[in-house]
Amino acid sequence: MAAPLVLVVLAAVTVRAALYRSSLAAFIAERVEVASPLNAWKRVVEGLALLDLGVSPYSGAIFHETPLIIYLFHFLIEYAELVFMITDVLTAVALYLAIQDFNKVVFKKQKLLIELDKYAPDVAELIQTPMEMHYIPLKVALFYLLNPYTVMSCVAKSTCAINNSVIAFFILATIKGSAFLSAVFLALATYQSLYPLTLFAPALLYLLQRQFIPIKLKSKSFWLYTMQYASLYLCSLVVIICLSFFLLNSWDFIPSVYGFILSVPDLTPNIGLFWYFFAEMFEHFSLFFVCVFQINVFFYTIPLAIKLKEHPVFFMFVQLAIISIFKSYPTVGDVALYIAFLPVWSHLYRFLRNIFILSCVLIFCSFLFPVLWHLWIYAGSANSNFYYAITLTFNIGQILLISDYFYAFLRREYYLTHGLHLTRQDGTEAMLVLK
Amino acid sequence: MGLLSDPQCRRALARLLLRLNTPLCVLSYLAGLTWFLLLPALAPRTYLSENAMGSTMVGEGSDLGPRALALARDFGAHKRKVGGMPVEWLEQTMFQLGLEVHRQPFSRTLPFPDEAHERYLVRGTNVFGVLRAPRAASTEALLLLVPGSEGSKNNQAVGLLLALAGYCRGQVYWAKDLIFLVTEHDLLGTQAWLEAYHDVNLTGIHSGGVPGRAGAIQAALALELSSDVLTSVDVAVEGLNGQVPNLDLLTLFHSFCLKSGLLCTFQGKLPPPEGPSGPGYAQSLRTMGLMVLGQAGGGPGGAHGLFLRFRIEALTLRGINSFRQHKFHLGALGRTLEGMFRKLNNLLERLHQSYFLYLLPSLSRFVSIGSYMPALGLLLLVLVLRSDEGEGDPPPEEARGGLLWLLPPILVSGGAGAALYLLPVRGQAVATQHFPVGEAEAVVLALIGIYVAGMALPHSTHRWVRGCPTRGWMTLKLLALLALALLLTCLALLNFSLGFLLGATLVPPAAAVRPGGSRLPLAILLVLTTPGLSLFLAVLLERELLEAPAGLGEAWQRFLGALGQGLLQEHLHGAHLSPLLCLGAYPCWLLLWNVLFWK
Repeated sequence: MAAPLVLVVLAAVTVRAALYRSSLAAFIAERVEVASPLNAWKRVVEGLALLDLGVSPYSGAIFHETPLIIYLFHFLIEYAELVFMITDVLTAVALYLAIQDFNKVVFKKQKLLIELDKYAPDVAELIQTPMEMHYIPLKVALFYLLNPYTVMSCVAKSTCAINNSVIAFFILATIKGSAFLSAVFLALATYQSLYPLTLFAPALLYLLQRQFIPIKLKSKSFWLYTMQYASLYLCSLVVIICLSFFLLNSWDFIPSVYGFILSVPDLTPNIGLFWYFFAEMFEHFSLFFVCVFQINVFFYTIPLAIKLKEHPVFFMFVQLAIISIFKSYPTVGDVALYIAFLPVWSHLYRFLRNIFILSCVLIFCSFLFPVLWHLWIYAGSANSNFYYAITLTFNIGQILLISDYFYAFLRREYYLTHGLHLTRQDGTEAMLVLK
Repeated sequence: MGLLSDPQCRRALARLLLRLNTPLCVLSYLAGLTWFLLLPALAPRTYLSENAMGSTMVGEGSDLGPRALALARDFGAHKRKVGGMPVEWLEQTMFQLGLEVHRQPFSRTLPFPDEAHERYLVRGTNVFGVLRAPRAASTEALLLLVPGSEGSKNNQAVGLLLALAGYCRGQVYWAKDLIFLVTEHDLLGTQAWLEAYHDVNLTGIHSGGVPGRAGAIQAALALELSSDVLTSVDVAVEGLNGQVPNLDLLTLFHSFCLKSGLLCTFQGKLPPPEGPSGPGYAQSLRTMGLMVLGQAGGGPGGAHGLFLRFRIEALTLRGINSFRQHKFHLGALGRTLEGMFRKLNNLLERLHQSYFLYLLPSLSRFVSIGSYMPALGLLLLVLVLRSDEGEGDPPPEEARGGLLWLLPPILVSGGAGAALYLLPVRGQAVATQHFPVGEAEAVVLALIGIYVAGMALPHSTHRWVRGCPTRGWMTLKLLALLALALLLTCLALLNFSLGFLLGATLVPPAAAVRPGGSRLPLAILLVLTTPGLSLFLAVLLERELLEAPAGLGEAWQRFLGALGQGLLQEHLHGAHLSPLLCLGAYPCWLLLWNVLFWK
C-alpha cells in the first residue's frame, strides 16, 4: 500500500512545483477565495518585515497570524514553498494513517456486533467488507493532495495548509488513542484558528469509547476522564499562549488574532457568509448579529454530540464541515479538509439522494466565483450582489451536502438494526421519510 | 426540502421527467429560440438614468465647420508631406490652441504579419493634448480620440478634433480635464496609449510612457470621419470581449441626435418605424442580430472597444457619407460632441446608474439582462434535463469499476484543444520552412489543419484502460454535457451573445448524440454545428443581415480573414474568443464526437 501513496505524493509535489514556477502562482495568491485576511501569505510577509524591524508585527493591523507561525517562517522564509509542500504531504500521510486505523476499528466493531447478533438478519449487503475498505485510506490521501482546492491553497502559500496539518495530526492522535498528543494538537489547532475548539467533543467521545468508558452523566469514571482530557487540553493551551507571550513579550496577538476572528472587522469578500451581511448592516445592529453568527458555529456541537455519540469520527467530519462553512474567514483550503473525508463514507453512497446535483452545484460555483469577481471588480458590469449570490449558492450546496451525508448515515444505522426490508404494521413495505 | 427528501414524490417526479424527456427537451429548446426572437418586439424604450446629465440644460454655441475643414486640409497636406503621422505639426497646432501637448512613441512586433492591414513591425507615435480644467483639480478627465490611419482616412476627424479643442479652450466651465488624442496605427496606437496612461503592460507592447497625465478618465468618444459632409452618424457600442458601455452614454448621444436632427444609425441600420409592424420587427431583429454577431466575435468594434476594459465608458461615432439627399456639415457633429462633453462634464460620479448588460434592437430600445437571460436559461435546461436522464438509470454495479477509463478521451480532447491553441502561432516558423506559404497563411492553414485532424483522432481511446463498462458512453456523454453547461453558464455572464450562439448550435447535437443506430444524420448534425463551421456560417449570416449577401467564395475569404484577425486580436488586445473556442468549446465538441463513434 505504500507504493501507491508514494506515487500520489510524487504527483502532488510535481503539480505544486510546476505551479510555483508558472505565472499562475501570482494570480492564485491574489484570489479572495484562496487567501483570507487571516492566512494570506502577503500578510505573513508584512508581519515578518515588521518583526525584522523590531516592531510588533501586530502594530500594522495587517498581520493576523499567530506568533508561532511568524517565528516558524522567521527561520524558514527561504524555504517557504518547500514548507507548504511538506505540510500538505504530512497532512495527507496523517489522514492516511488515521483512516487506516479507523478502518480497523470499524471492522472490529462490525465483527463484534455481528457476533452479538445486534444487526438485523437481512443487512448483509450493508456490511462493509475489507475489500471495499482497502483503498479508502489511499483515496483519502488522493482526495486531499490532488484536490484543486488544496493545490491552489498550497500554491498561494495560504497558512490554512498549516492549520489543516495540525487538525490532521490531532485526528491521527485521537484515533491512535493518545489522549495527551490529541489534547496537545487540539490546543494547537485552537490556538491557530479558534474554531477547532468544537472538535473537543468528538475527540472526547472517541477516546471514551476507546477506553470502554460508558457515556453516562452519572458515572464517575466518565467525569474523571473528561476532567483529565479537559485539563490536558487547557494546560497545553495555556502553555502555548504563554510561549507566544514570551516570544513577543506582549499580549498584542490576543486581540489581533482572536479578536479579529470573532468580531469580523475585515469585510473583504470571501466564500463565507459574513462579509456581505455585515457590509450591508447598520452599524448599531452589527454587534448583536456578530454574536448570532458566531454562536451559530458552536451551536451545533451539542445536538450533534447527543445524536452521534456512538460515531465520534463521523461527528468530527460533520463538525469540520460546519466550521468550514460558518467560520468568519473561510477559504477553499478549509473546504478541502472535510472533502478529503468523503471517501471514508463511500458506503453511504446508496443512501445519498442529491449527491450528483450537489457536486454539480459545487463545481459550477467554483468556476463562477472568478467569473463574477471579474464582472464585478474588473469589468464593472456586475456588483457585489452577483458575487454574494454565488457565495450563498456555494454554501447552501455545502450545507445540503452535509445534511445529505448526515441523513444517509442515520438511515444506514437504522437499517442495520431494524433490517433492510421494513414492513408497516399492515404488512406492506415501508419507507423511511425525513419529516 | 419536502420535495427532495420525500422518496415517493421524488420517484414520481423522476419518472415523469424520464418519460417526457425528449418532448420536454425539444420544447425547452424551441422556447429558448422563440424567446430570443421575440426580444425585439418586447423591448422597452431607453431612458436617461443619470440625474447629473438628465436635468441640466446645455446650449451649444460652437460653429466649427469651416475651421475644422481648414485644419483637416492642413493636416492632410502635412501627412502627405511627411508620409505618415505629422507629429511635429500636430504638436505645434495643439500648442498654439493652448493645450498641454505630449507625445508617446511605441513599437510592437506582431506575432505574425497582419494581412488585412499589411503590417508586421509597427512603429508609431501618439500625440495628445490636455486641456486643464479651470474649475477643478486634475482628478477626472474626458477624452476625445481619433484613431489615425494610413492614407487620407480620418483626416476630417482630426480637423474636427482640433477645431473642438480650440473652441473648448475658450470656455470656462470645464470641471474635468479634456484630453484630445490622435493615435497612429489606429487600434495599436490606442492600446499602447491606454496601457501607458494606466502604467500597465498587458500585451507586451513597447511604449515610451505617458509624460503628462490628466485625471481618471470618466468617458471617451472615438471619432471616425473621412468626408467633408456627412449624411448620418453610425454609432458602435460593442467592445472587447463583448463588453458594452453604460447605456446612459448611448442614450445621451441619441438624445443629442434627436435634438439636432442628426440622422444616426446603429449597425448601419436606420431606426425601424415606430409601432407594431412586420417590417419594423424585421428591421429590429436584423439590427439586434448584427449586434449579437458583433458582440459574440469579441473584437473591439472600434477604438472605443479598448477603453471598456479599463472601465472607461466609450463610444465610437462614425461619420457616413452615402447617397442620401440631406447632408450635414461638420459643424452639426461638432455641436453634438460639444453638447455631450458639456453634459459629461456635469457628472458627479462615474456612469453607473444605467445598464451595463444589454442588447439593442434599435437606438431607442433596449433589451436588458433580465429579459434576455431566460433565452439561454431555457437552452441550458435542455442540458440539465439530458444529464438527468443519464443519472435516472445508473448501472450501479458497473459504476464500481472506477472511472479511470474516462481519462484517455478527456486527455486526447483536451490535448487537441491545447494543440489548436498553441501550435499555429508557435509553429509558424517550422511551417514556413517546410511549406511554400507565407507566415500569415501558415498560421491560418495550420489552424484549420489541426482542427480537422482533431476530428480524425482515435475515437475509442476509452479502451486503452481496462474496466470500461459497456454503457460507459453514457458517463462520457454526461461529462460532455456538464462541461458544455459549465462553459455556457460562464459565457452567459461574460459574453451573452457568444454563449447564446454556442448554445443554440451545440445544444441540439449534445442532447441528441448517442452511439449505435444510424450514425450518419447525427454525424452530419455534429459536423454542421462544430464551432469552426459555426464561425463560417456566422460570416454568411452577417453578410445576409447587412443585406449584402456574399457568395461562398467571398465568405470563405472573409472566414480566413476572421480566423487570422481572431488570433491577432488575442495577442494584440487580449480578446478571449480564440482561447475560449480552442480550450473550451472545441474539446467539448470532440467529447461529443467521441460519444458518437463509441464502439
